[in-house]
Amino acid sequence: MTPIPQVAPLRPSPKLALNAGLVIFVVLYAAIAVVQPNYLEPGLFMNFLRRAAPLLILACGQLYVILTGGFDLSVGAVATLAVLAASILINGDPDATWAVLGTLYLMGIAVGLVNGLVVAFLKVPSIIATLGTMLLVNGLALAWSGGAARGDLPENFRNFGRLVWRDVWLIGSLPLAVVVLCGFVAIAWWGLNGTVYGKRALAVGDNPRAAELAGTPVAATRIIAFVVSSISAVTTGILLGGFSGVSVNAGEGLELQAIAACVVGGAQLLGGRGSIWSAVFGALSLFALFTLLNLMGLPQALRDSIQGAILIVAVGATMWRNRRRI
Amino acid sequence: MSSNAISMEPASFNHRKGLPIAAVLAILSAGFFVVIALATGESAQLSLQGIVGLLQRMVALGLVAIGQTFVILVGSIDLSVAALISAVAVLASLLMQGDPAMILPAIIACLGLCLAVGLVNGALVAYGGINPLIATLGTGLIIQGVLAASFADLQGAVARQFQVLAYGGMLGIPYSVLLLALLALAAAFILNKTLFGARIYAVGGNPDGARLAGIHTERLVLAAHVIASLFAGAAGLYLAARLQSGTPWIGRDGIYDLESIAVTVIGGTILAGGKGGVAGTLAGVLLFASLDASFNMLGIDAFLKQVLRGGIVIAAVAIHAVRYKGHVA
Repeated sequence: MTPIPQVAPLRPSPKLALNAGLVIFVVLYAAIAVVQPNYLEPGLFMNFLRRAAPLLILACGQLYVILTGGFDLSVGAVATLAVLAASILINGDPDATWAVLGTLYLMGIAVGLVNGLVVAFLKVPSIIATLGTMLLVNGLALAWSGGAARGDLPENFRNFGRLVWRDVWLIGSLPLAVVVLCGFVAIAWWGLNGTVYGKRALAVGDNPRAAELAGTPVAATRIIAFVVSSISAVTTGILLGGFSGVSVNAGEGLELQAIAACVVGGAQLLGGRGSIWSAVFGALSLFALFTLLNLMGLPQALRDSIQGAILIVAVGATMWRNRRRI
Repeated sequence: MSSNAISMEPASFNHRKGLPIAAVLAILSAGFFVVIALATGESAQLSLQGIVGLLQRMVALGLVAIGQTFVILVGSIDLSVAALISAVAVLASLLMQGDPAMILPAIIACLGLCLAVGLVNGALVAYGGINPLIATLGTGLIIQGVLAASFADLQGAVARQFQVLAYGGMLGIPYSVLLLALLALAAAFILNKTLFGARIYAVGGNPDGARLAGIHTERLVLAAHVIASLFAGAAGLYLAARLQSGTPWIGRDGIYDLESIAVTVIGGTILAGGKGGVAGTLAGVLLFASLDASFNMLGIDAFLKQVLRGGIVIAAVAIHAVRYKGHVA
């Protein structure tokens, strides 16, 4: 009659997910190293991580929403908004950077709150709710900027994406973006594993009604997930602004890449299964794939095709493995 | 969860319950259009020609959305329709090259392509057990990638006679609007009056129950995906006829994937499946069409239009979703 032992067999998945995502990443990175051996040098690996950082951070945020059983399609638009708003608000004035950073995060939190409140209380399915905010935020960003990049980002803002410390002990060079990345992943890991939130998110994603009967604050859990996702989108936008400057399509298509990354890493859509490592290794795998296809000189367009095929194969393989385990 | 209880009712119950949403939505949309037309003094919009123009705005999205309704009713979803629309439009212009003799072969080839894509989607979802969002996102990406890589600078055009589909008509009503009406009626008939339709509701409402009742649920999911792909193909052919030549991006630029899902849900079809219908979907399409037309009359700029659209999508779904007692994801 003790219900507790039954919980244990339900949770072998995080370790399994870690293996799957990690294995795909190692295989893909090995392939990169075969094509371009100098990718094994620490400097180029750090550069790889630096370029992968936006997608990784976005995937970690998206994972929170996926765990609770939803989707966040608005993150690409929020990242675009962050880039455009930063350039307009700062307008080249380095002293304004820190205040503007705070403003950006407030905007992100506001979007996340809207998403969460609409899903939790108006009962709009998240795919529709965040599609709505995606259109809305994109429209706002474009209306505000007049549809073209304007304003300017000062050096100290762009450093988040661009600055690289040379001659660092042991690893050679250390980009600031990688430090931001590690910090974000650490906080995201702590949120899921160091607090009660992680268990709540899994419970809500697995079976919201059961979670509610067990006393889990379902609405609050959902809302927090959307806020975390939006915060990750703002962080991504800040890094993207540093990398590639201001552009009206800075975040275009990132939302689907982030969802794809979580799924490739073994997180289960509609919730209930996955860990922060699903997002991390899934995003690393996806970015390694892009890099590999790029190095092999494939046209940009065909990369979409291969990404699509990989997605289907990755999810199909997970399904097949789970079926065998049962 | 509570949809399990609903699906125990016969399918016609779902329909009767879905009708008020459709009617209210249609009346509100039409009313909004009329009010804006009168307020801006564009009374020409209220002539037969203006109304026909409004209906013609519905055709492309309407065709895709009817197909999307079928897949959503069985509890699946199709994100590949936008890429498929582009593929069909490109294939049609590529095969016809302006030659009227090639019209029929081109249409057959396009529908054959749709059949194949629908079968692949359906097989991945129904037999592969792959989450429909990922499966159809994947097939959509594959199609889009091949299209963009191979046909970025397309030379080709549909036959002039084929453009009659978009520009011709009888008794003042364009053939395209008639086509949409005909296919919508056919879809509504299938869903409400045939065994196949009843089974679609059963599978969407409670897959396990349907399976226990002896329904081949996989076959129905497969069939729904084929239907969605064929409707997307019809939309692609219509767009090719209207634009004379397809480009690899017309589907994606029209956001037909997400908009068809949005109008279907706005029309009262629930994403979990088993509840809803074509009438609501068409009312949702009418809402989008009359909003578009009204924004144009008001001269609202493109970006603000997008903001309003986003807000309206949320509000339109929230109005009937808010009464739902359970949790949504």
